Amino acid sequence: MGIVQNLTQGFSPSRRAVLAGGGAGGLILAFSFAGKGAAADAPAALNAYVQIAPDGIVTIVSKNPEIGQGIKTSLPMLIAEELDVDWANVRTVQADNDPVAYGRQFAGGSMATPLHWEQLRQVGAAGRAMLMAAAAADWGVEVASLTTEPGVVVHAASGRRAPYGSLAAKAATQTAPELRSLKLKDASAYRIIGQPTPQVDTAAIVTGQPLFGIDMRLPGMLYAAYAKAPVFAAKVASVDLSAAQGVKGVRKAFVVEGGTELDGLLPGVAVVADSWWAANKGRQALTIQWADHPTSSQSTEGYAGQARSLVAAKGGKTLRSDGDVDAALAASAKTVEADYFYPFLSHATLEPQNCTAHFHDGKMEIWAPTQLPEPGRQLVAKTLGIAPENVIVHMTRCGGGFGRRLMNDYMVEAAWIAREAGAPVKLVWTREDDMRHDFYRPAGFHHFRGGIDASGNITAWANHFVTFGEGEATARSAGMAPTEFPAQFLDNYKLDVSMMPLGVPTGPLRAPGSNAIAFVVQSFIDELAHAGGVDPVEMRLRLLGKTAAAGGQGGLNAERMAGVVRLAAEKAGWGKTTLGPRQGQGIAFHYSHLGYFAEVAQVAVADDGTVKVEKVWVAADVGRQIINPLGALNQIEGSVIDGISEMYGQITIKDGQVEQANFDTFPLLRIPDAPVIETHFIKSDNPPTGLGEPALPPVVPAVTNAIFAATGKRVRSLPLNAAELAAG
Amino acid sequence: MAYQLNVNGQAMTADVDPDTPLLWVLRDTLGLVGTKFGCGVAQCGACTVHADGAPIRACMTPIDVVGDAQITTIEGASALPVGARVQKAWSELDVAQCGYCQPGQIMSATALLSQNPSPTDDDIDVAMAGNICRCATYVRIRAAIKRAAGQEA
Repeated sequence: MGIVQNLTQGFSPSRRAVLAGGGAGGLILAFSFAGKGAAADAPAALNAYVQIAPDGIVTIVSKNPEIGQGIKTSLPMLIAEELDVDWANVRTVQADNDPVAYGRQFAGGSMATPLHWEQLRQVGAAGRAMLMAAAAADWGVEVASLTTEPGVVVHAASGRRAPYGSLAAKAATQTAPELRSLKLKDASAYRIIGQPTPQVDTAAIVTGQPLFGIDMRLPGMLYAAYAKAPVFAAKVASVDLSAAQGVKGVRKAFVVEGGTELDGLLPGVAVVADSWWAANKGRQALTIQWADHPTSSQSTEGYAGQARSLVAAKGGKTLRSDGDVDAALAASAKTVEADYFYPFLSHATLEPQNCTAHFHDGKMEIWAPTQLPEPGRQLVAKTLGIAPENVIVHMTRCGGGFGRRLMNDYMVEAAWIAREAGAPVKLVWTREDDMRHDFYRPAGFHHFRGGIDASGNITAWANHFVTFGEGEATARSAGMAPTEFPAQFLDNYKLDVSMMPLGVPTGPLRAPGSNAIAFVVQSFIDELAHAGGVDPVEMRLRLLGKTAAAGGQGGLNAERMAGVVRLAAEKAGWGKTTLGPRQGQGIAFHYSHLGYFAEVAQVAVADDGTVKVEKVWVAADVGRQIINPLGALNQIEGSVIDGISEMYGQITIKDGQVEQANFDTFPLLRIPDAPVIETHFIKSDNPPTGLGEPALPPVVPAVTNAIFAATGKRVRSLPLNAAELAAG
Repeated sequence: MAYQLNVNGQAMTADVDPDTPLLWVLRDTLGLVGTKFGCGVAQCGACTVHADGAPIRACMTPIDVVGDAQITTIEGASALPVGARVQKAWSELDVAQCGYCQPGQIMSATALLSQNPSPTDDDIDVAMAGNICRCATYVRIRAAIKRAAGQEA
C-alpha cells in the first residue's frame, strides 16, 4: 500500500484525542496519550498537528486540501516558526477529513491565511512551551530560565542543551498551555515565515510520483466511467446494457436512478471494468435514450433575449438606492448608458473529476481530490443511507481546484458505483464529462446609466443587473452584494436585480462574483472617466478620496486601495510611457478576499484585432507579512494569467446542453500569450490575508481598458471578439 | 494481445487491446501514473512522453503503433542528463502550483533542450505551446527552461 500512503498518508488523531476547550477552531492540544508504552523510538505527538521523533524529525500536519495554492507548505510554516525548528527537519503530511481534530477543512475564499495566521502560530508556540516544560522538569529549573534555538531547548545559565527529539515523549505528557497566554515571536525574529520556500511536494511533482486523486490505486481496484445526460438531471429513459457488457474487460454496467439535485447524484449509466479504457469503451458502446427534461429548451440566445426584455421593462428588485439617481442623471452635464455581458465559464481543472471509493466492513472509504471534504462525506452518507461516522474521506492533492471541487458530485457517484460494484472503484471523468457537467461561472448582464458633472465627477450610478434565479433564490454564485463598489462612495447609487430561471448548474469560480463584477464596474468607471475628460487613474483616486461613510464594500479601506492604485500607476509609468499606435495601458482595481489589488495592463492590438497583453503591473496590499514569497508571487502571476485566459473562452448553452466539450472549443491561455508580470507589495500594518484569488479580478478590466486606450473601442461583452477590434 | 515494450530502459509486457492508448497502458497496466490524463485528444500535453527522444502525446498513441520505440516517461526523466537538469531547474524555481501538468511540461522542455540547447523565447513558445498549465505557471516555466539551458535571466 505504499502508493496509498504516498497519496494521503492518513493522519487522523481524533480517535485518540481529547478535546481541550477547542473553541471555534476546534484545536486539540491535549491527548489521551496513546504513545505511552509505545516503542521508545516512536514519534511523540505534542498535539493534533505536531509529532516529533527521537531523531528530531518533526512531522507537521496540514489540515486543508492542497489544490495548488501551496497550503501544504504555508500552514506548516506557521507552526514550524513558533515551534522553533529547522524547516529542513520538517516533514508535512496531509490531514484526513477530521473536523473534530481540525475544525473546518476547506480550500476556498482565500481564507486559510486570515483564519490560521494567529491560530497555527499558537499551535507551534504551544508545542515549544511543552518542550520547554519537559526540559525544566528534567533539569529542575524554571521554564523562564530557558530559551530555544531551532530544535533545541537551551539553559543558558548552565550551558545545558536538549534536542527536541530527546524531550518529545516527556513533552507530550505535559499539560497543553492556554493558547492566548503564549507570547508569539516578533516578526524580526522569523526564520521561516517570509523565507521563499519551495512547496513540500515539489520533488514528488517533478519526478511524477503518485500524488493526485487520479493516481490512486488499491488492490483489486476496478475502474468506472459514468454517462450522464447532456441536459442536466435528465433521467435514463432506456438503454441496452448488453452493448457495454460485450466490451472486453467490462465487469458490470448498470443504471443509476439518481436524483434531481444538481450537486448530488444525477441519473446515469455506470460501466465498471478492469481498466479505465475498457470502462470508457463500454460506455461509448451504449446508446442511451434520455427522458425529456423541462430545461431542454434553454439556450444562451434565449437568456440574452430575456435579459433584453427585462432591461427594457426597467423592472427588477431594488437592492440598494442611495440619493436620487434619476434626478441626478437629469442634472448631469453628461450621461453614459451601456450594456455589459459576460459568459458562463468552466473551471476546467486539468485533472478531470475523479474519485476512488471502497465499501468494506460496513464503511465507505473514499479518496478524493476535494476542496470541501466534510460536506462530501455528508452527501455520501445521506445519498447512500450510511451513517456519517461510517464514511471516511481521505484528501488527495488536487490537480487544480478553482472552486470546482467545492462540489462533491463525483464523490457521491464513485461511492454509489463502488458499493454497487462490490469492489474498490476508481471513477474517472473524461474531459468532455468534465466540461459538460461543471458548476459554471454564471453569465450576467448589466445595464448601466451614469452621470458626470462639468468637472468630470461622477454624480450618479445605476446598475440594472440581470442574473439567474427563481423566486427569492439567486442561482449559486450569481448574486451581487448591495455593498459592491462604488456603493457608499457615491451620493446617488442604485442597484436593481432581475432574475431568470436556469437549468444549468452554477458555482463559485476563483474570485466568485468578483471575477465578473470587477470587469463591468471598472470598465464603466473608465467610460465615465473618458466621457468626462478625466484621466482614469485620477478618476479612481477621486472616487477613493470620498471616504465612504460606512466603510464600503465589506469594509473596503479606501486609503489602502488608493495606495495600490498609485503604486501600480507609478510602476507602469502611467501617463509617462511613450506608446505606439494601437498600443495602450489600462488600469483597474478590485477589493476581494480582504486583498487590495490594482493592476495596469499594457496591450498591443494587431490590425486584425488580435490582442496581445504585453505586460501587467500588479500592486498588492495583503498586509504586513508575506508568509511564503515564492508561493505568493506564483499565485499572483497565475491569477493574472488565469484572468486573461477567462477573456477568450465561453460556455454556451443550446437545447439545455453545454456546446463546448474540450480545449479545442474552450481555449485556455498558452505560454506564447503569457505576459510579463511585475508585482509590487505594499506591506501595510494589517494582518496577512490570502492570495489565491484577489489578484485575478482587476486584470480583466485592466486589459479591456487598455484595449480602449489602444483602439478607442470599448469592450462591453466577453469573450474578446477580434473582428470587432480590427483596425478601420 | 501481449505487447513487449521498452519503458525507461526496462523491458515490460502489457496484455491489452491494440487500440488502447499508451497513456492508459502506462497508468493502469504498468502503474506508471506520473504521465497524466488531461484531455484525451492531444490538446493539453499533460500526457507527454518521449518515443526515441521525441515528444509524443500518449493519450492519442495506440499501443499498437509503439513497436520497439524506447519510451521515456517522467519517472525515467532523471536518468536523462537534460531531464535531470530540467527537473532541478523546476525545483529551484518552484515552478509548480497544483503540479498536475508539470510532468508533461518537463518532458516537453527536456525534448526541446535535447534538440536545441540554447532556445530563444520563440523556440520556447513553439515547443511548449502544446502544454497547458491551468494554474498558468508560464512565467516560471519559461524561466526554468532558461535556467536549465544555462541562460540565467
